[in-house]
Amino acid sequence: MTIVVGYVPTPEGEAALTQAIAEARKNNTTLLVINSSKGDALVDNRYAQEPEVQSIEARLATHGIDHVIKQPVRGHDAAAEVLDAAEEHNADLIVIGIRRRTPVGKLIMGSTSQRILLEADCPVLAVKAGMAG
Amino acid sequence: MDVFSSLMDGFATALTPMNFLYAVIGVLLGTAVGVLPGLGPAMTVALLLPVTYVLEPTSAFIMFAGIYYGGMYGGSTTSILLNTPGESSSVVTAIEGNKMAKAGRAAQALATAAIGSFVAGTIGTALLAVCAPIVVEFAVSLGAPSYFAIMVLALLAVTAVLGSSRLRGFASLGLGLAIGLIGMDSVTGQRRLTFGQPLLADGLDIVVVAVAIFAVGEALWVAAHLRRNPLQIIPVGRPWMGKEDWKRSWKPWLRGTAYGFPFGALPAGGAEIPTFLSYVTEKRLSKHPEEFGKGAIEGVAGPEAANNAAAAGTMTPLLALGLPTNATAAVMLAAFASYGIQPGPLLFANEGPLVWALIASLFIGNFLLLVINLPLAPMWAKILQLPRPYLYAGILFFATLGAYSVNLQVFDLVLLLALGALGFMMRRFGLPVLPLILGVILGPRIEGQLRRTLQLSAGDPAGLFGEPIAIGVYVIIAIILIWPLLFKLWRRNRPATSLPSPNATRGSEPTDVARGSVSHGSHRADGNSDGDG
Repeated sequence: MTIVVGYVPTPEGEAALTQAIAEARKNNTTLLVINSSKGDALVDNRYAQEPEVQSIEARLATHGIDHVIKQPVRGHDAAAEVLDAAEEHNADLIVIGIRRRTPVGKLIMGSTSQRILLEADCPVLAVKAGMAG
Repeated sequence: MDVFSSLMDGFATALTPMNFLYAVIGVLLGTAVGVLPGLGPAMTVALLLPVTYVLEPTSAFIMFAGIYYGGMYGGSTTSILLNTPGESSSVVTAIEGNKMAKAGRAAQALATAAIGSFVAGTIGTALLAVCAPIVVEFAVSLGAPSYFAIMVLALLAVTAVLGSSRLRGFASLGLGLAIGLIGMDSVTGQRRLTFGQPLLADGLDIVVVAVAIFAVGEALWVAAHLRRNPLQIIPVGRPWMGKEDWKRSWKPWLRGTAYGFPFGALPAGGAEIPTFLSYVTEKRLSKHPEEFGKGAIEGVAGPEAANNAAAAGTMTPLLALGLPTNATAAVMLAAFASYGIQPGPLLFANEGPLVWALIASLFIGNFLLLVINLPLAPMWAKILQLPRPYLYAGILFFATLGAYSVNLQVFDLVLLLALGALGFMMRRFGLPVLPLILGVILGPRIEGQLRRTLQLSAGDPAGLFGEPIAIGVYVIIAIILIWPLLFKLWRRNRPATSLPSPNATRGSEPTDVARGSVSHGSHRADGNSDGDG
């Protein structure tokens, strides 16, 4: 039993993590935290740095959750990384944070969450910022 | 006041709407490439050379000057917010600047860097306006033997003093001189190193060489090391300084300027050594030595002032002697040549309006940079989020276009790729780029002076020592070359001094420390920090 959560250091990402922790505690499962970057820019604010990772680590430890934090930098986009991890670990649930995007924004930027929703082989739980509980 | 009235005429030229526009474009481009590590003003000027052939020389040089100064400003932003120096000259800024940013004082660090750069740049440019005519007066008296000696000094000093390894430096210089030899002998008309290839008879176009080494080499290098763990920028608001910060900054600014200008003007000066000297001085003089290493504002103010003053200093030998002391100046020298303008003592007499417009544009550029950098530094940092494949694809596109447009020959594209591969290998093996570029650009000039000297003395090598200044310069060259040997001997004879840290021996500081600061990056820092681009 595994829950995969796609984490980014944003309000949406925090909400997803909070929700995933709640789910993992409820079902007593392993939590796999994925925070990835394509790694092709010098700066990526969606890639968690050491102090943030440590604080997540500590937070999961205090909840007594069996967890793995992965930060792949392989040139794949975030959706592919989350889907890969879910497949590899036979995940029962994927938790992601979503936010509102204008149609034009989605057209240009694509949507990570939409791709996960459409392509995942397991249930996907989508959380908006400030809605976790 | 001849200088003053010439300068005012210069302002009149530089402030025409078109020239002002080019100054704005220059500083914007310069800041952008300064912010991005791996891209520098030398590369940008090289890429723009073919584009600017259609412009008035004055407009082109106003833009180049903006790019050069802009690069110095932009480098500090990356150093402070990311702890990765955007330019080799801001390596030292990262030491204290990033600590300040981590302690929540990024706004003050950016402000002292920008205002310090402005102060130093303005004072440096004023010194340039005053000093250049004096140097010209002195330079007019120099004959071919002295010129030859001074150019040899510039090449050797850049190669021997900067960078981590003399062997690598000289290897790079050798490559550069060899590339510079390709083509027709100017006196006898013999073909050299052309391998029977008629297209090589005219020599390699400097645009092709510079673009290949800087742009293609860097792009290949980045492509080979594309993926790396990304960093996060320290978020920051609008830069500002409190009263206390001003009080602690103004003296380091002035001291940094005092270091930067002369070092920039010396051959082998460059901006790295004065920034380091400034840092060491501030550390020693500071009333808050305990803050050093934890984010002392003096450690940002001094070096940032020093690198901008050095940029102004570099323009002095370039304009007055035709002697470049760093990569950007070398490419600008090539640009002068491509316009058929002969830099050197006669430049002020023949192209007075251009020179003074250029100097005036440096004042204007400095002011513009302060205006766009002070409120917008956080915005500039955002361009670091640009995915590098897009960036380098664009650069390669411009590189190819530029190299092709010079002569409209496919052969130039082959050269571009071959030399680009050379640039890549140099980065791979830690060879500094600067000696190569200086070798390519200065090599033929040195040869010209040497041939002239020998013609005057009817082939007698004694003619090389015919002027007292030449002899003096040869003595300096000898000292530079023998110095490490002497130093080693001296240390061996006094073992007690070699025990403490290298800093205990004052004489060795500049080189030792310059090495330290360079080698603390990877190989790439080595290859690049000297290249300035």
